[in-house]
Amino acid sequence: MANDWETVIGLEVHAQLATRSKIFSGSATAYGAPPNAQANLVDLGYPGTLPVLNREAVRMAVKFGLAIGAAVARRSVFARKNYFYPDLPKGYQISQYELPVVARGTVEILLEDGTRKEVGVTRAHLEEDAGKSFHEGFGSSSGIDLNRAGTPLLEIVSEPDLRSAREAVAYMKKIHTLVRYLEICDGNMQEGSFRCDANVSVRRRGESAFGTRCEIKNLNSFRFVERAINHEVERQVELIEGGGKVRQETRLYDPDRNETRPMRSKEEANDYRYFPDPDLLPLVIDEAFVEEVRAGLPELPDAKAARFAREHGLSDYDAGVLTASREMAAYYEAVAAGAGEPKLAANWVMGELSGFLNRDGLEISESPVSAAALAGMLKRIVDGTISGKLAKDVFEAMWRERKEADAIIEAKGLKQITDTGAIEQAIAAVMAANPGQLADYRAGKDKLFGFFVGQVMKATAGKANPAQLNELLKKMLAGP
Amino acid sequence: MSLHAATAAEIGRGLASRQYSSVEVTRHFLERIERANPALNAFVTVTAERALEDAKRADLRLARGEGGPLTGVPLAHKDIFCTSGILTSCGSRMLADFVAPYDATVVERLDAAGMVLLGKTNMDEFAMGSSNETSFYGPVKNPWDTARVPGGSSGGSAAAVAARIAPVATGTDTGGSIRQPGALTGLTGFKPTYGRVSRYGMIAFASSLDQAGVLAQSAEDAALVLGAMAGHDARDSTSVDAPVPDYAAGLDRPVKGLRIGIIREFFGDGLEAATGMAVRAAIDAFRKEGATVEELSLPNLPLSVPTYYVVAPAECSSNLSRFDGVRFGHRCQDPKDLMDLYRRSRGEGFGAEVKRRIMTGTYVLSAGYYDAYYLKAQKVRSLINQDFRRAFEKVDVLMGPTAPTPAFGIGAKTDDPILMYLNDIYTIGANLAGLPAVSVPCGLVGNLPVGLQVIGPHFSEQRLLAVAHAWQRATDWHRRIPPGFA
Repeated sequence: MANDWETVIGLEVHAQLATRSKIFSGSATAYGAPPNAQANLVDLGYPGTLPVLNREAVRMAVKFGLAIGAAVARRSVFARKNYFYPDLPKGYQISQYELPVVARGTVEILLEDGTRKEVGVTRAHLEEDAGKSFHEGFGSSSGIDLNRAGTPLLEIVSEPDLRSAREAVAYMKKIHTLVRYLEICDGNMQEGSFRCDANVSVRRRGESAFGTRCEIKNLNSFRFVERAINHEVERQVELIEGGGKVRQETRLYDPDRNETRPMRSKEEANDYRYFPDPDLLPLVIDEAFVEEVRAGLPELPDAKAARFAREHGLSDYDAGVLTASREMAAYYEAVAAGAGEPKLAANWVMGELSGFLNRDGLEISESPVSAAALAGMLKRIVDGTISGKLAKDVFEAMWRERKEADAIIEAKGLKQITDTGAIEQAIAAVMAANPGQLADYRAGKDKLFGFFVGQVMKATAGKANPAQLNELLKKMLAGP
Repeated sequence: MSLHAATAAEIGRGLASRQYSSVEVTRHFLERIERANPALNAFVTVTAERALEDAKRADLRLARGEGGPLTGVPLAHKDIFCTSGILTSCGSRMLADFVAPYDATVVERLDAAGMVLLGKTNMDEFAMGSSNETSFYGPVKNPWDTARVPGGSSGGSAAAVAARIAPVATGTDTGGSIRQPGALTGLTGFKPTYGRVSRYGMIAFASSLDQAGVLAQSAEDAALVLGAMAGHDARDSTSVDAPVPDYAAGLDRPVKGLRIGIIREFFGDGLEAATGMAVRAAIDAFRKEGATVEELSLPNLPLSVPTYYVVAPAECSSNLSRFDGVRFGHRCQDPKDLMDLYRRSRGEGFGAEVKRRIMTGTYVLSAGYYDAYYLKAQKVRSLINQDFRRAFEKVDVLMGPTAPTPAFGIGAKTDDPILMYLNDIYTIGANLAGLPAVSVPCGLVGNLPVGLQVIGPHFSEQRLLAVAHAWQRATDWHRRIPPGFA
């Protein structure tokens, strides 16, 4: 069944911009304040109040536009989207409609099979967020918190270029990476700073016309995006194969039951009566402003990954993983530079470090082992002080005790034995203690070599330098 | 000369020369309000205590030799301007309990100039009306004939100044709401360029058209008050960041050589004959003083009224959505659910004319109608704009009547909205184009005042005031006080 159908997905990502104040008022945007503590008269929509555009939000939108190679509109227009809802104080949301600030751009995603895919971004526009309604704990009434009302959002609309839930997630992750690199959004999905709506349709393979789409609202985790889309695709295919038709509608994803439910159909959809907001002049952006923003752009993830691949000899996949966040890339770069071994650094950052971070639920910025400390340990592997195997124990101790590698090695006596005499002594003792095995080995049972390695390692508490041990053991077992 | 017959400027000079104190002046006007207001219904709120406090403070300033030409001079604000701690009703049941938590920029600036707040004046509900008959607080009576309307929507301000129960008052003009009542009550009604005065704190009707201005006894008063309230305000994105000239100092600029354009379209069928004659006579007088007069056609101007009645309702339908019973304003008793809360709060809170405009505006913005109405109206609007721009390539000012007739009887047009809307046929053009315009009294027809309208290019306030002032130095129409209020 699955192979007869093609999935078509477009995403609308809402990124809350990390401005200190709201998009049209001076209220703070910090998360978690007591209800309505961050709502002033403008946010409350008081009679006579007027919106004044926050230039910082514009700067952030322009940053994003430049990062995806889009044209930044020299003139864009704020419109009013009219509908009644208690958490929408003015009875309209100020949003850009016909003329958005960011026009068409592209984002590249890396697929699992290693191929790259360009995803079109139709537009990105500025708008204000609404407040929040609470329907429990207020008896027959509802509670309204307008702290979020007026928080700046950048709505990033993709083309219907995505062909699977995985592609959608890869795209959303890429946007997530970008907005955090640009420092225009904190990317916090639990707090709703980064969320998306997914437009999903299916069509028979080979068909060129799109099927009827459903919009799944308010997905606030990568996992939900994937599950909601997969569920929705299944639902639509079953519906059509069963002789039914997909109705254009807005649906809600219920993560507890892993299903989508209809919210409202096209017929019930609001007529938003968009028109240009007469309280705000058209947003005019001049070349100088765009160039100033361009000059301040950081190295972007794609460029950084390409550089890591080129200069550090990393695979595309590794380079992609290491540039997924600006913090991760900075950490890796510091380790690679400190240790002088980029590939070793990459393996440790993606391996042990990431594993420990995941295990403890920490961000890389919270890592108990700093980049400098990790680099210091890797140097001890490179210079032969410790073996790669012992290094894992050292790292574990560094993580737990928050100490430098050298201190751990010293305290635990983990320093590798590289003294030839000492190793020879240990080998001789093992040979003497196991005459039977020695005789069998010398009679041609090569497999017993591993037994002797193990015995010597045991005798030296794993500290014998493996390369040296190998060489000496071979020589001594062969006999005089 | 009795105190109330003095203009605001004259009172200011009397205060500065210590002929009387602001407290004395204020008491005088408060007494006059008490006596005359019941018959006129010009005030919604009289702020007697606040006025006397303001006056005392002004007297202290004056005693220290501080303050300006308006310090200690009383005024009234149209009840559309938010005034901190004072009822700001906008003439609506919706806001009949609304005590504004802040001052509008206009209020703040005139307060800083030392003016004394007598109270808040009656108005058409949410400034929607041309006769002051749509107010929740009942109609305002024209002091020239209390069976007639004072015009609207700033009818309370106009009646108060005309009856000399306030020396000067603020107003707002969306389609003629300062000039038309100015004309119908014999006052100087000044609407500045769109963006000249901050709209912050002025309850919005149609944001792209609303502009605050003055209802005054003279061009000089208008110049002083406008000068104090105008200027850039960071809280209003549409307020223009340009210096404010000293309007009062520029009043005496000569009008000799002034190029006057007569708008042909303003002298058509709808214009009452006697009104037209008074206006033509006034223009003729300017010619005799050395102005040149040329008749011009602004072909798209007759489309002003239909254009306005698409644009203004569209904006109002959105602007008034915030009155939903949730955070402020009228809230119905015991709503059974959200829809009930919306329906009844708005249904009970808004009057018929406001509802009519909300419905019209909702309709013209609806999917499928937007292009045919709203977008087309915007196109016509830019054509009207272009007509004006072309005219101002040839002339310095345009002249014509302010209103087609003198004040009409209360109730005469309330059954026919279209007939009512045509009252603004000569004033709306300036709003659509964002131009400054002034109405000055230019005669009496059957004991009712007639207004001459002068329209100028953007930011030509100074020129318009000088023209109005020249006219008032040559005539005394503006000093006529309605019988019974002298």
